[in-house]
Amino acid sequence: MAGADPVLRVRDLKVHFPVHDGVLFRRQTGSVKAVDGVSFDVGRSETLGLVGESGCGKSTTGLAILRMTPLTEGRIEFEGQDISSFSVGRMRPLRKRLQMVYQDPYGSLNPRMKVGDLIGEPLVIHGVAGDQDAYRARIQELLRLVGLRPEMAERYPHEFSGGQRQRISIARAVALNPTLVLCDEPVSALDVSIQAQVINLFQELQERLGLSYLFIAHDLAVVRHVSHRIAVMYLGRIVEIAPRDLLYRAPLHPYTRGLLAAAPLPDPSAERNRAHEEIVGEPPSVVNPPSGCHFHPRCPMAMAVCAQRAPELAATANGHAVACHLHDPSRASGLA
Amino acid sequence: MQRPVLEVKNLAVEFGAGAGRVRAVDDVSFEVNPGETLAIVGESGSGKSVTALSLLRLVPTPPGRFCSGEILFEGEDLLKASDAAIRSIRGNRIAMIFQEPMSSLNPALTVGLQIAEPLHLHGRLPWAKAFGKARDLLSRVRIPDAARRVNTHPHQFSGGMRQRAMIAMALACKPNLIIADEPTTALDVTVQAQILSLLKDLTRETNAALILITHDLGVVARYADRVCVMYAGRVVESGSAQDIYANPRHPYTLGLMASIPRLDQDAVDRLTPIDGQPPDLAALPRGCAFEPRCRYAMDRCREERPTLAHEGGRHYRACFANVAC
Repeated sequence: MAGADPVLRVRDLKVHFPVHDGVLFRRQTGSVKAVDGVSFDVGRSETLGLVGESGCGKSTTGLAILRMTPLTEGRIEFEGQDISSFSVGRMRPLRKRLQMVYQDPYGSLNPRMKVGDLIGEPLVIHGVAGDQDAYRARIQELLRLVGLRPEMAERYPHEFSGGQRQRISIARAVALNPTLVLCDEPVSALDVSIQAQVINLFQELQERLGLSYLFIAHDLAVVRHVSHRIAVMYLGRIVEIAPRDLLYRAPLHPYTRGLLAAAPLPDPSAERNRAHEEIVGEPPSVVNPPSGCHFHPRCPMAMAVCAQRAPELAATANGHAVACHLHDPSRASGLA
Repeated sequence: MQRPVLEVKNLAVEFGAGAGRVRAVDDVSFEVNPGETLAIVGESGSGKSVTALSLLRLVPTPPGRFCSGEILFEGEDLLKASDAAIRSIRGNRIAMIFQEPMSSLNPALTVGLQIAEPLHLHGRLPWAKAFGKARDLLSRVRIPDAARRVNTHPHQFSGGMRQRAMIAMALACKPNLIIADEPTTALDVTVQAQILSLLKDLTRETNAALILITHDLGVVARYADRVCVMYAGRVVESGSAQDIYANPRHPYTLGLMASIPRLDQDAVDRLTPIDGQPPDLAALPRGCAFEPRCRYAMDRCREERPTLAHEGGRHYRACFANVAC
């Protein structure tokens, strides 16, 4: 559970992008509801996993929290402070405590800068670099912290493998002692044998530095391994959120169940004996999402009400919440 | 014992020259039988994709160079075949499916035309007949409303439908061998499951052999009959999927299995990674390429390169160490 004093509190977040038509006379013809009413908390030293397929709005949620995309509606509180209307300038001092690590360790490091300067750049920008000796010592300390050798400060990014570059990105992110690090698919570009190294590093840093993570990823096994709680998104909405073990042992939403069934297990005998219930179809377009519950056209359990009305995210028990008419308490009591 | 559709013997492929010379595929041998799915697994730089491309001689030469080996398809060595002979095999008796369907489809032509093309060229069907067949193929790969879809362009298809169209194209001439290079890596997990099941069902129906190139150990476990594990251009272990998963005998395979988080087991506190960095193909050690990262390494591993040796059944591995699981 996120606890009473969460690092991050997101309430009814909406990010809609206008869709324009016409060449000479451009007019707005609709909007893409990339994020459409998302609420969650991230507690201290907690990892909240955000999973979903492409286009579900998980990355846009991350961008909105960083205030890199305008909000349409909703409220974002970081360390108790409402940052929903903060400009880039007002966000800058907060960047010290709110950092990010991206997917592509090739695209996110300036190839012309030495690794030491890349890691030291945030210190300089925020005016905490100190004198030359302190600056150098801090860079060496950070390199060691992420499992690189201090002398690597003098090299350029192209001399490093993907896994090492991701370590450099992580050193940059933790340089200013942040409280929350937003990780967007931080290991999906890495080879399997290197993924485990970087995942372990994330966990070690969390224990040593008390970091909170918002961990955005599509790989269900990776998310389960790193997260304390997990939110599942589908087409801009959270469909289920629960503590880790509860979500994987007793998933309630048909979409979560389908996702777990679709993920192949690395065990041929288990796979042979497993019923492969496929979710039919593909995620629909965000431009024109289905009515009611967005998942209803693909849902094996869909009822008439699902096409008419979107289910609310409702708590069941033990921090488990699901947005599904099957689990709607009012409906259940009505039937009884 | 049935005759294999494809036998690869001691294949070696190099790129570049001088100090920058890189041996991407080194002494690779394997075979596939009709109706069988062989997975070639490995990480980036392991040589799995170059192996796949080599099978149809799609490696550009230069800079690539076939140094040695044989690729026997139904008894005929493709490395010695003329360009015309290879062209008559590509997309006809051997079909290929790539990772990114959008870049493999021509955006300016209708999907139907692209599926009909191999039928017209290889099958010598008149265009009208080929179009009719293309429509049937589209419905066979379970694309709804195939009669209308056949006349639309690739951009009107979703990622999953494009890959279905690629499968339709691959199946058009009833190939005996299909090579699929990371066919679902670009797709979402729910769509990946649909596409791979479809591919598996259709190859089973036609008794075609399937070579599946992938890095995903879950996909291999679900769909493969046999597995080749590649590292730094070489096959380090091969065997039935059962052998490889239940009784891995190469330290690299063991390391891979231990390093992945698993949904089918209780959560662990820490993963057990393979230490070190991926190999640099331009500066491989004299001995075993995995030796710098191997927890079983001995002196001999630094001096000598192990070759594939029989472990019993159809299980092979290239390692000197006594590996206990």
